[in-house]
Amino acid sequence: MEVHLSGGFALAVCYKNHHDKIFRMTADIFEVTLLSLKVSLFATGISLFIGLPFGTWLALSQLRGRRFILSLINTGMALPPVVVGLFVAMTLWRSGPLGNLHLIYTPIAIIIAQTIIAAPVVTGLTASALQQLDPRLRLQLLGLGASPIQMVISLWREARLPLLAALMAGFGSVISEVGASMMVGGNIRHQTRVLTTAIVLETGKGEFQNAIALSILLLILAYLVNLGLTIIQQRGAR
Amino acid sequence: MAETILSVKDLLVKRSEQTVLQVGSLDIHQGEVLAVIGPNGAGKSTLLLVLARLLYPQSGQIYFRGLPIEQENELSYRRRIALVLQEPLLMHQSVFDNVASGLRFRGLPRTEVKHRTNEWLERLEISRLYNRQAHRLSGGEAQRASLARAFALQPELLLLDEPFSALDAPTRSRMLQDLHALLSQTSITTVFITHDLDEALLLGDRVAVLLGGVLCQVGRPQDVFTAPNDGEVAAFVGVETVIAGKVAVSKNGQVIVKADGLSLEAVGDIPTGRQVLFCLRPEDITLSTSDGNVVSSARNHLSGHITRISPSGPLVRVVIDCGLPVVALITRGSANDMKLVEGQPVTATFKATAVHLIPR
Repeated sequence: MEVHLSGGFALAVCYKNHHDKIFRMTADIFEVTLLSLKVSLFATGISLFIGLPFGTWLALSQLRGRRFILSLINTGMALPPVVVGLFVAMTLWRSGPLGNLHLIYTPIAIIIAQTIIAAPVVTGLTASALQQLDPRLRLQLLGLGASPIQMVISLWREARLPLLAALMAGFGSVISEVGASMMVGGNIRHQTRVLTTAIVLETGKGEFQNAIALSILLLILAYLVNLGLTIIQQRGAR
Repeated sequence: MAETILSVKDLLVKRSEQTVLQVGSLDIHQGEVLAVIGPNGAGKSTLLLVLARLLYPQSGQIYFRGLPIEQENELSYRRRIALVLQEPLLMHQSVFDNVASGLRFRGLPRTEVKHRTNEWLERLEISRLYNRQAHRLSGGEAQRASLARAFALQPELLLLDEPFSALDAPTRSRMLQDLHALLSQTSITTVFITHDLDEALLLGDRVAVLLGGVLCQVGRPQDVFTAPNDGEVAAFVGVETVIAGKVAVSKNGQVIVKADGLSLEAVGDIPTGRQVLFCLRPEDITLSTSDGNVVSSARNHLSGHITRISPSGPLVRVVIDCGLPVVALITRGSANDMKLVEGQPVTATFKATAVHLIPR
């Protein structure tokens, strides 16, 4: 009876511990996923805020140096996240030029790095989306009495498919990057751990099951966001 | 004379140091249709873009109702005109939304947008397509939508840049007739760019000839076509004798046209009573000095005096006053044989089949 009792107690304790562990893990995973989503959506949002007007300007302006700037932007689209991470880390480092802001190893640092990665992607693809439109469409819109702002909005509406693709590419480039998040975020539990850095950690520990679970979660997350954007995109396509 | 609605002064447009357009002065009057003709690359579209204030000239000024158009008032100017280009350039939206777009740019109330859009969908006979996506329209339907989009704005000035040149011939001729009708109903002042002489003769109250970026001649179609300012214009217009007349008899494909007391025969299928332009190419006219006794199958004989003889390449251009100016091109040899001199009486002969009738 005692044995049974103690056995039962042990089992219960064991079960409780296990349950706690699962619970804790679930909570951690939830936290990490949410941070990933938040940081990457923020970075994509800021990139859109910068890239859409800048890309539009590049596509429409007749400036002499336009082609040179476009070539820089296109190079920026292939910027290695670790390189971005290095430069952002150096800038935000305590002894660095922006060290007094105390941003290194914070989610904001990750957002800054990811914005630097996504902004050229959004800018470059915005410019190419608008350059694909018939250049006479601008004249036609102005000739129908559109103000410059109305003209630009009409062009965006006309190029909504490739523009949403630009947004998806921007989001894709940051939700999947690990180098910059690791270097400027530091993969600190409860603070700056995101899905990709967690996967690196779990793999490093040999916990392949966890790494695989997190990877699947990352894929689902990327899928859901892109599904949402695709639905918006294709609604306009018909 | 009607009020001048738009006037162009000392216009100069250069592209990489090359002059592409030079117009000393051009006035467009209230209610008229000015057809600007010229070959490809003559600067016609450039002129239209300058008039639409979508291209800034290196120098020169445009005055709309007497006021110069500057940077500050160009948006309000563009909202009083409408532009139709060669390609319909519709947006990926429904036909209704496309036709409504200019009205929406002007911030008109919804009910008015709806009312005017529906009216012009109706008038251009595309009401049934209102909900169709623009990219699923045929070329003719798309250009109708583009015209409806411009007409719905009730512009004070309508600028049309070869709107029909991309269409097939039957569609084009129907659209031309419809546009002609709409322009006479609305009497909107219009600048119509084309390289097609028939279109210019059908629509234009006045014709402006643009060659190599230079405005060579502006005037009534019959004047420009019968009395070209210079050889270049003459060569471009080709048809040099244009007589405005009225169909008196039309039977079995044969037409008799009365013009200024003359009775002329032609071949065609145009109903009696219709106003026509009677066009004749100078090389289709033969001249004879013996009065009246010409043996020929040709049905038209016009007698008159030579008013001018001028060399035109290997040929000689002879202008004869037969009550109407008639222009003939003959070889130097036959001119010498006939010993033609100015003031001499001659008979101009041409076949009924050589005549080109343009209904107005």
